[in-house]
Amino acid sequence: MGLFILRRLAVMLFTALCLTFVVFFLTNLYPNLEKLAKTQGNFRMSEAEVSSWLGNRGYSDNIFSKYGQWLGVVPGYVIEGTDGETRARCARQGVAIDDAPRFCGVLQGDWGFSTVFKDGNGSIIATRLALTGKLMFWVLMVMVPGALIIGVLAGMREGSRTDRSLSTASIITTATPEYVSGVIFIAIFASSAVGLKWFKGTATSAMSDANFENFFLPVITIALYGIGYIARMTRASMTEVMTAQYIRTARLKGVSFANIVMKHALRNALIAPFTVIMLQIPWLLNGVVIVETLFNYKGFGWVLVQAAGNNDVELLLGVSVVSVFVVLLTQLISDIGYVFLNPRIRIS
Amino acid sequence: MEPLTWGEIIVRIFIQFTPVWIALVITFALSISFKRKLGLYGKLFDSPIGMVGFALVAFWIFTAFFTGAFDLISTHDPLAQVSGMKNKVPGTPLRGAEEGDYSHYLMGGDTLARDVFSRMVKGSTIVILIAPLATLFAFMVGITLGLPAGYYGGRFDTVLSFLANLVLAFPVILLFYLLVTPEITQTGLPNYMAAVLFFFPIIFCTILLNSRLYTQPAKRNLYVALIVGFIVLVYLTVVSNAGTKIDFLPSWLDFYDPAAGLLVVFVSVVFVNSPTVFRIVRGLALDIKTRDYVAAAQTRGEGPWYIMLWEILPNARGPLIVDFCLRIGYTTILLGTLGFFGLGLPPESPDWGSTINEGRKLLSVYLHPVLPPALSLLSLVLGLNLLADGLREESLRD
Repeated sequence: MGLFILRRLAVMLFTALCLTFVVFFLTNLYPNLEKLAKTQGNFRMSEAEVSSWLGNRGYSDNIFSKYGQWLGVVPGYVIEGTDGETRARCARQGVAIDDAPRFCGVLQGDWGFSTVFKDGNGSIIATRLALTGKLMFWVLMVMVPGALIIGVLAGMREGSRTDRSLSTASIITTATPEYVSGVIFIAIFASSAVGLKWFKGTATSAMSDANFENFFLPVITIALYGIGYIARMTRASMTEVMTAQYIRTARLKGVSFANIVMKHALRNALIAPFTVIMLQIPWLLNGVVIVETLFNYKGFGWVLVQAAGNNDVELLLGVSVVSVFVVLLTQLISDIGYVFLNPRIRIS
Repeated sequence: MEPLTWGEIIVRIFIQFTPVWIALVITFALSISFKRKLGLYGKLFDSPIGMVGFALVAFWIFTAFFTGAFDLISTHDPLAQVSGMKNKVPGTPLRGAEEGDYSHYLMGGDTLARDVFSRMVKGSTIVILIAPLATLFAFMVGITLGLPAGYYGGRFDTVLSFLANLVLAFPVILLFYLLVTPEITQTGLPNYMAAVLFFFPIIFCTILLNSRLYTQPAKRNLYVALIVGFIVLVYLTVVSNAGTKIDFLPSWLDFYDPAAGLLVVFVSVVFVNSPTVFRIVRGLALDIKTRDYVAAAQTRGEGPWYIMLWEILPNARGPLIVDFCLRIGYTTILLGTLGFFGLGLPPESPDWGSTINEGRKLLSVYLHPVLPPALSLLSLVLGLNLLADGLREESLRD
């Protein structure tokens, strides 16, 4: 078990390195840097001015050395610029060049500086991640119990009317991407022209003060897409378990149906959905980006869109690293959890 | 002229779709009467769920076909702006309508005073063209790489699986933002990716034909030359685009350049989908290669590619067809996502995602520009999911 986790961790770290390098490479392509130079310097810079601007700030190094500096394993650049000013990577926030540390990268906790928000990336990502964490927490609170209840209800009597109607409902929710369900919900519940006006169409106020009125729609919009999928997986594994031999034995012994479902079937039926729920989290990340944009909730997904839309290279890198790590961590947890939950694998 | 009531609007929309209804009725009548002779497709008409799904999908296919090929159904030019029609409610008469113009905006006007109904109908063409084609390409890539990975295993498999996991670990939207921006397009990266990804159908077809016909060299040479020659020509014209980094064909030979943004969108959607297909095909190949008929083929002395493409692949068709339907739906959702973030396609494009994106800014006041594309997308994806469900049920039955 320990060896298994260690090996998975090693693979995960290697994957993370590869992925961050790919993101680094894509965000540091020359046209992106040229745009950065023009937005930071001025828009009428000539080709030569752009390249000297980039050269002075260490952007013209080769990609591996830049990546190493960003990561914090290669000493940050100290360049005496063509304009006579000496700049160092680690002396950005008003620190004298001689006092600056040699290494400053992600590993040292320096995430760079955002050109859009004029703030350190570390603090931006932390605050936004907390906001999204709140959203995700409520999404999971709605999604997981809802999906499991629907799946178990549908799967305990295969082919019954409950099963058919619940299965059809879950197919419909899986066919509704967040930008469609969000729009429909706003139309029904929040539109100022027609509709019920029960909830608010924006969740901006939910950032500081979340309540049912302003937070329900974004939460349910994200949760709904996942509910159908997880419910179908739960149903599949529940129907499989309900036809197993030991359930028949229990029935023949005279155990009540409720007891069979709750005590005998449920535990085995929930192994597969656990993996599905964990693997659903990366997809929730997509939902978060869409819903935060649609409802104007300024969390992590909103920052991703802002960073990408405004060519904020370092912030986008930070955001990517965090989201890649979220994905990889959930994969790791789902792998380990699967082994842990499944007695057949755990004991052997 | 009077604005239409809701009843009149519904009747008029119904009449606008007449060609689609006729085509649907004919398709269903023919399919149901010959369903015993039509194999898996015919069996679809035994399951109500499958029929509903098929009807929804067929509705949009016919709509896309009639409006794309014959310009029926839509009432106005999807890009034409008519003054005075901005944000007008459904059923508003067209201001200053001339002889030959359709007299009303059936579903109202959007923020730029264009007809919502025509945009919705025209938008279906884009989705119906791109989504299945992109899925097909993703399948070609996934099959060409997944079969040998599952069949041979070993280091080849390890490397490819690692790469597939790498792509899958990217949040999709992040990947889109990294690939589909004007700056990245400038570097020619999507064109290089297109050159690589579009090469897989050529490999696939060549190996497919060659492994089947290598005992009859004369026939093989003819077929391979004809089919592969055609595909290579298409490949070259699609990959080589005037004004981008890859521009090698002389202009008289380069008869097709994909519209701006279309290639980028297409490539990124294929790129996102193929690792999943790869994993599915690899899993199926791992399972099927232990069967007796594969062992029999090996004993017969068949080559590995023959076994993969003519023994394993046909026997994996059930799950693959089901996944193909589901994946077209997923691709439709991805295209909508791209449109929703305004990536790739030009902003005035009538595809559903872009239309939703444009309408959402005034969503709380004007609902009618947003709801039609949203519901269209929902119904198409729902149809595909139901179709996949029906197919799965029917293919499991025998």
